[in-house]
Amino acid sequence: MRATLERASPARAVTGLSRPQLIKTAVTALLLLFVLFGLPQLMSLYYVDTMTQVAVYSMVALALGVLVGRVGLVSLGQVAVLAIGAWVAARLLFATTQPYPLILLEAGLVTMVAGVVIGLPALRLRGLYLALITLMLAGGITVVLATVNFPNGGHGFLGYNGSQVHIPPIRRPSIAAGDPAYFRFAVVVAIVMFALVLAHVKTKPGRAWAAIRQSEPAALAAGINTTLYKLWAFALASFITGVAGGVLAGGVHYLYSIGFPTQDSITLLAVVLMGGAYSLWGAVVAALLYQFLPALLNNWGVSADWLIILFGLGVLQVLTTAPAGLADQVPRDLARLGRLLGKKIRRPAPGSTA
Amino acid sequence: MIEVHGLTVRYGGVTSLDDMSLAFEPGTCGLIGPNGAGKTTFFNVLSGFVRPAAGTVRAFGADLLSMAHFRRARWGVRRTFQTEQAIEELSVFDNVAMVHEHSRLGGASRRGDVLDAIAFVGLDAAPDAKVRTLGAGQRRLVEVARAVVGRPRLVLLDEPAAGLPDEETSHLAEVIRRIPEHTGALAILVDHDMSLVSACCATTAVLDFGRLIASGPTATVLRDDAVIRAYLGVEP
Repeated sequence: MRATLERASPARAVTGLSRPQLIKTAVTALLLLFVLFGLPQLMSLYYVDTMTQVAVYSMVALALGVLVGRVGLVSLGQVAVLAIGAWVAARLLFATTQPYPLILLEAGLVTMVAGVVIGLPALRLRGLYLALITLMLAGGITVVLATVNFPNGGHGFLGYNGSQVHIPPIRRPSIAAGDPAYFRFAVVVAIVMFALVLAHVKTKPGRAWAAIRQSEPAALAAGINTTLYKLWAFALASFITGVAGGVLAGGVHYLYSIGFPTQDSITLLAVVLMGGAYSLWGAVVAALLYQFLPALLNNWGVSADWLIILFGLGVLQVLTTAPAGLADQVPRDLARLGRLLGKKIRRPAPGSTA
Repeated sequence: MIEVHGLTVRYGGVTSLDDMSLAFEPGTCGLIGPNGAGKTTFFNVLSGFVRPAAGTVRAFGADLLSMAHFRRARWGVRRTFQTEQAIEELSVFDNVAMVHEHSRLGGASRRGDVLDAIAFVGLDAAPDAKVRTLGAGQRRLVEVARAVVGRPRLVLLDEPAAGLPDEETSHLAEVIRRIPEHTGALAILVDHDMSLVSACCATTAVLDFGRLIASGPTATVLRDDAVIRAYLGVEP
């Protein structure tokens, strides 16, 4: 132990991080570099587009994870919130020539206001009732979007022209016009959103959310304004989802209300629980399950409808054996397997002379 | 000093506190009574979780009932719970710091105040240890540390020794006894352990079915006939 501490101390002196933290940071950095520069070279355009969707939905899953995992508020309206973000971004992208990052910020802020309104029932409700109310609100938003349609370059407040024959695509940033470049852009935006959540989780709001999730009376007794922090969680989650909607708009070029069915919010909650609502990596796992797995099955000619059954079994599995999700369970089980194999290899064979 | 006047709490047809009038003097005061007597309800009124049907509570001159519940902790009302409520996901330090940072106390003194509170309760766990890794007695001490950090004015201890072995209970008694001297706060202790109440409290009040049936010096109250009949029991 002493030797370990002595070896670790120079690293801590330079970086302020312990040795395991340093290794974790280095591995994460290498992984991100590979995702940004290696992955697009290795994949076909079909999978590059899929991975762009994974980046988008990792942000949506991250936002849902903040609500469910950090604060204990079950929201079933995230896909509708994503649609609001996409609508606002598309409208601004057609109407203005503002830089794309600025439009993402604006889409996030507008969606944040809508999300806070959706979150108002959370001040009084929890659990199933809150889930039901957010689902109904999401259904309402989907109906409204189906009526007003997504902007397609038309004029007026809604920006929709039903008689338009040649619909212009939603523009992308000039530096990320191609699919691989746009994938990198989406990953960079996702990294910023993950950093934003990390900054919350590790500081005062994160501690307040942890207290609210475990015991609201204890949180109140500690002086935490639970109303403020619940709405803060909804605001942050909606902002991130709004930004994700903005990235989605540029990614798909054309938006239709049929692409945001209300029931997708339920599937999204299922994959967030499977991935791990309590960890940031869980959001990435959830997005891979939600977007990459269907694309893979589609490519293999297998119907993606099978995923509903698979996700059902997956949720059952994690709730019974790994409440912290696959992001926690898989590395733990792999490490256990490694230790087991290591022991078997080190153990001398029966009858052998040592 | 805490002055309670005509405090009444009703849940539907049940009257949990019935016209309770009492003054708590500085120091550590006991509040005892059988289960369902209204002790925790009284704490919940002071914490702002329950709105009384009638009555007033003046704490050091301030009208406590007019404050929003989360503002009471900022003002100086702190409490522990019958079922211990240390936040498992957080470290010992963060559990205690949480109260400090939401009480709008000076940020510069935060680390010192938090470590002082942890040292005061005599917690033998590292400040960065996660609460979920601690034993029941240590978690109780985390809750008490949370209640005394910074500048508390009123510390409410709801059965802090419930389920603890004798050795940990006597350590807790020592901590509770020193709260007024160390923090300047008035402490109210609810417990069924009469040896703990006797050891910690100069004065004690007794509730039965929401009514105050006795109050005064602890030794005198514990010999009161009405208290013996209602709570302590009569030798056959």
